[in-house]
Amino acid sequence: MRSRLAGWAFLVPLVAYLAVCYAYPLFTNLDLSVRGYTVRSFVHGGAPLVGFANYLTVFGDPTFRTALLNTVLFTAVSLFFQYAIGLAAALFFARGFRLSATLRALFLVPWLLPLIVSASTWAWLLNSESGLVNAALKVVGLSSVNWLTSPDFSLVSVTIANIWIGIPFNLVVLYSGLQNIPREVYEASALDGASGWQTFWHVTFPLLRPVSAITLLLGLVYTLKVFDVIWIMTKGGPSGSSTTLATWSYELGFGNALPRFGPSAAVGNVLILIAVVAGLLYIRVQRRQELS
Amino acid sequence: MRTAVGVLLTALMLFPVYWMVNVSLTPMSDMRKPPSLYPVHPTTEGYERVLREQLPYLGTSLLVALGTVVLTLALAAPAAYSLAKLRPAGRQTLGFLLLVAQMIPGIIMALGFYGIYVKLGITNTVWGLVLADSTIAVPFAALILTSFMASVPDEVLQAARIDGAGPWRSFVSIVLPSSRNGLITAALFSFLWAWSDFLFAATLDSGGRMQPLTLGIYRYIGNNNQEWNSIMATAVVASVPATVLIVVAQRYVAAGVTSGAVKD
Repeated sequence: MRSRLAGWAFLVPLVAYLAVCYAYPLFTNLDLSVRGYTVRSFVHGGAPLVGFANYLTVFGDPTFRTALLNTVLFTAVSLFFQYAIGLAAALFFARGFRLSATLRALFLVPWLLPLIVSASTWAWLLNSESGLVNAALKVVGLSSVNWLTSPDFSLVSVTIANIWIGIPFNLVVLYSGLQNIPREVYEASALDGASGWQTFWHVTFPLLRPVSAITLLLGLVYTLKVFDVIWIMTKGGPSGSSTTLATWSYELGFGNALPRFGPSAAVGNVLILIAVVAGLLYIRVQRRQELS
Repeated sequence: MRTAVGVLLTALMLFPVYWMVNVSLTPMSDMRKPPSLYPVHPTTEGYERVLREQLPYLGTSLLVALGTVVLTLALAAPAAYSLAKLRPAGRQTLGFLLLVAQMIPGIIMALGFYGIYVKLGITNTVWGLVLADSTIAVPFAALILTSFMASVPDEVLQAARIDGAGPWRSFVSIVLPSSRNGLITAALFSFLWAWSDFLFAATLDSGGRMQPLTLGIYRYIGNNNQEWNSIMATAVVASVPATVLIVVAQRYVAAGVTSGAVKD
């Protein structure tokens, strides 16, 4: 009995914290999304309930379709390349060679850098006039590309930067997954005369499936949230061409002189709905793995 | 042979980081010329400007990051002890909530915090920013500390109980010291996340008297006469904690990343 009480006592601070710092902001966000706030009523209160009007405004806005499509493209393409490159690197490092541990640690750097640092570095690499990428294109005789200022390339550019940032995470998790595959499996495969490629497709890849699932789902949850990289590189522009739900929500609430908190919160809540679905999927997969 | 390929791949991966350092040493007069692969006329003018203009930002970042670490550990460590060793009813629900909490997009938290802070009149305060930044780290810290503390043998705690140690005593003198690695990992990540935070700073502290370094960089980028050597010099300075982390605490970092995703 006493230890049960103590158990609760140790949890109280965290539970109170979750209520104040998670539940309350989330509730505020929900409240914002169903009221017609102006800057005045935001400060002084008394905004009228408008029900789903903000959501209807958002859904009716042509930017919504663009943002949704961009979010899907940005997420899918980022995940695919982060995973593929991360897995290739993990397989490479898994063999173990001189310096492999040090090099693997260095691979982590892009992931640990503040996002504003990575994003501004990429912005300068891709700068139209003075960027290294365009200079390199010129050297090989290609014409330069307006990476960040052309609507055709802005989404590609932010996706490239985001892939670079995400590779280390995939590498580390997949690498530890590879370490957990017993050596005997490979030995058996080699005895059966399987080639390296066959071993990968018929042994390594299937055995890695649980870890891959977790990696991709976590990646999905992280990528949906991405805001900094896009905002710092392109502000979602030009003319919305690289806007995602996350940056649009920020733009509506904070990007203009005239903030529109209601629609901003509405977009945020749509995003959270998608994230929660992804999150529940993640938890289900993890539970199933713990059982098996 | 593999080592050579590995070095090459790592160099390729880290090229943008090298480029950041390269640009930070390039004089403004060379900036609009075709870029050269190394600083031909290296200059420290970017860094001198950082020293002149960014020191207050740097101090704020340090304060915010350290404050976040303290708050995060103070909240997460006792809770983790309870979840791992005292095992009260409802702990599964709480663990589930902590997992879900990590999935909430930052922009939603930022807007919610902004609404609350405006109502209470506490925008643009450092401790307000610390509180918001801690939300990035607390769920992760609680979960990772739970898994570290779960590995403290029950027998040791039982022996302590027989000797008359209460739960608090066991927590302070047995569980905390033996989860040192977990505490280091949680502290490192909270520091890094708070140090790197841009979104909360931009929404909650953009008019404050004390602003973090991420906003300092953002200001530089927003300037019309974009002085990229100063921007990149600030970026280099902002990257120092990450670099130190890699060098000093490599194994903790790897442990942190993996245990976040793959349990045991």
